[in-house]
Amino acid sequence: MYRSHVLVCGGTGCTSSNSPAIIEALEREIAKNGLQDEIKVIRTGCFGLCALGPIMVVYPEGAFYSQVKVDDIPEIVEEHFLKGRVVTRLLYDETVDGDSIKSLNETNFYKKQHRVALRNCGVIDPEDINEYIAKDGYQALAKCLKELTPKQVVQIVSDSGLRGRGGGGFPTGRKWSFTAANEADQKYVVCNADEGDPGAFMDRSVLEGDPHCIVEAMAICGYATGATEGYVYVRAEYPIAVQRLKKAIEQAREHGLLGKDIFGSGFDFDLHVRLGAGAFVCGEETALMTSIEGNRGEPRPRPPYPAVKGLFAKPTTENNVETFANIPQIILNGAEWFASMGTEKSKGTKVFALGGKIKNTGLVEIPMGTTLREIIEEIGGGVPNGKKFKAAQTGGPSGGCIPASLMDTPIDYDNLTAIGCMMGSGGLIVMDEDNCMVDIAKFFLNFTVDESCGKCTPCRVGTKRLLEMLDKITSGKGTLEDIDKLEELCYYIKDNSLCGLGQTAPNPVLATLKFFREEYVAHVVDKKCAAGVCKDLLTFKIVKDSCFGCGMCARQCPAEAIKVTDYVAPGKKKPAYNIDSDKCVKCGACLSTCKFKAIVKE
Amino acid sequence: MLKKISNIPFKGTPEQQAKLEAVIAECKGDKSMLMHVMQEAQEIYGYLPYEVQVMIAEGMDVPLEKVYGVSTFYAQFALSPKGEYNISVCLGTACYVKGAQELIDKLSECLGIESGECTPDGRVSLEACRCIGACGLAPVLTVNDEVYGKLTEKDIPDILAKYGI
Repeated sequence: MYRSHVLVCGGTGCTSSNSPAIIEALEREIAKNGLQDEIKVIRTGCFGLCALGPIMVVYPEGAFYSQVKVDDIPEIVEEHFLKGRVVTRLLYDETVDGDSIKSLNETNFYKKQHRVALRNCGVIDPEDINEYIAKDGYQALAKCLKELTPKQVVQIVSDSGLRGRGGGGFPTGRKWSFTAANEADQKYVVCNADEGDPGAFMDRSVLEGDPHCIVEAMAICGYATGATEGYVYVRAEYPIAVQRLKKAIEQAREHGLLGKDIFGSGFDFDLHVRLGAGAFVCGEETALMTSIEGNRGEPRPRPPYPAVKGLFAKPTTENNVETFANIPQIILNGAEWFASMGTEKSKGTKVFALGGKIKNTGLVEIPMGTTLREIIEEIGGGVPNGKKFKAAQTGGPSGGCIPASLMDTPIDYDNLTAIGCMMGSGGLIVMDEDNCMVDIAKFFLNFTVDESCGKCTPCRVGTKRLLEMLDKITSGKGTLEDIDKLEELCYYIKDNSLCGLGQTAPNPVLATLKFFREEYVAHVVDKKCAAGVCKDLLTFKIVKDSCFGCGMCARQCPAEAIKVTDYVAPGKKKPAYNIDSDKCVKCGACLSTCKFKAIVKE
Repeated sequence: MLKKISNIPFKGTPEQQAKLEAVIAECKGDKSMLMHVMQEAQEIYGYLPYEVQVMIAEGMDVPLEKVYGVSTFYAQFALSPKGEYNISVCLGTACYVKGAQELIDKLSECLGIESGECTPDGRVSLEACRCIGACGLAPVLTVNDEVYGKLTEKDIPDILAKYGI
């Protein structure tokens, strides 16, 4: 029996900010004070509040230490663990309320969240199957195998209203019923963990924080659809997730929860892990299957759909990680429980990865129907540095953006589609007034041009042409006609591409055109980039009356474009400098060196 | 993405070859394991030169053009060796909106190489990578396995100095 448990985040965010060293230091200090039989250190999955990492929570008090440093550990161990005095100075300031500490769930970041898919993340040790079992783990699988027929399982999932969390939003129960209806000697279950949207890390956090729930859910899916083998396709960029998932599969096999005759029911199921190799298109379901088969990950035309002819040409059910993460809870708590959350057509919760220009970057899980304003202003803590919120980008390179004027839209699949955006897998990147929307569209097009697999022409050539047009506009050579052409080509690519990648690739352009057309026009007509991002449209100037003549900028300038003048500003001792705009390469080096803020870009 | 193919001569050792042969022996007969073998080979050699691709093709009994096709399709497979220190700047959206491009520009300026290149002495290579998922620390770069976050271009010289670059 331990009197205290110390939970240290071992997710990728906190591991990158050095949580392994924290754990080491904790164990060393605890042993030094002879507390190793009283205090247990547990490495958990992601808590969600990555901006404050590395994170450490001490129970039973619930003391939430944030941005912990190795040097703080001796003090925490001695004061808190030995003498019982919480080191308030090092706590997350929102949890400190005078002399007492508030529970995490009362802070703004956690208050509005409702954790279903992430319920075990940051709570259990993901590498210990016993901790998962203690949190009702594998009970849903037992219930399915012992009490329910495969048909009943599919019915429960259908009734819950769960829709695919990878972005498409296809009803999961219906997908399962299609595969179940096809007779074959072999069927497969595939878990899509090839989370390619830049800025999205929901699936990674589930795999890192609660890998057993994916193992369990895939076995349930196998039982419901008649499949005996499953594959998890994970990005190779997620080493921690891969290692924990492999460990979970091994432990499940040892406990007889995978393999032959699970729970004595006669049902066989086993899992394999396959690593991706850095191709965005492999997140598309047919391309992913082609890749598992050991080929270039090119998509295949549908029909035939995977439910008929999928992996190795056998009927296959493919779901995304977050979709699977909901399954055990739905089986245990019932379809009505799940359907009671969310909006009319989008049930349950959705995990978002908040990133970009926002105070609390991290992972949040909210009921469907929460507004963007609640997510950004209340949970996310708003835009830092007093800047103005401009737009939120959802759905990554296939998605669109939500402007400030639509911040009160309740977020669900249909509402987002209606405003020309999409739910996507859950990346939510916040942009402020310093971000140029044309440049953002160009950024995503650059991405899709790189990632287009090249199989079909509309996508391969079309996206390249889109990028060239955007380049022309951001370099100040565009015309109004180009904007019309750009729009026309977008619709052509959408209508004619083979797979989801091409069909959605123009979305970032269309969405920014829809909400920020005036920015495109400003680039073309006024040759101005209001956000100051597009370098070709910028000029750097020295405000001569603010210049002290120190010459720092001239020494930094790589192009020798800054020369001294003979003008001495009133109240200054030395002559001011001037930038020769013909020589200036717009690197911005001078701007960051000037201590007197005498250099401006416009 | 067009890949840069190295013209640095291949310097494989018998130990490396034995390791690769062991991997191939384990996976032979299951052609869907091709990518796995290539990932292991890259782990062993650091990259996939022509000579290694030939060994894989013959060992797995698949055409060489298929191995080449797969190696050029996926961003992870490298056809030229990486430097002793590989600097990789995340260009995910969260990092990009927080100024990752400026980090790359600064690194290029300091190292005298473009993204995707290696310094002539083979010490440092620079690349832009896809989101590594540490968005809470944006913008992020990694030097080999070491992660540096919440950076501005001013931090670059200090990071380079740490490695004696």
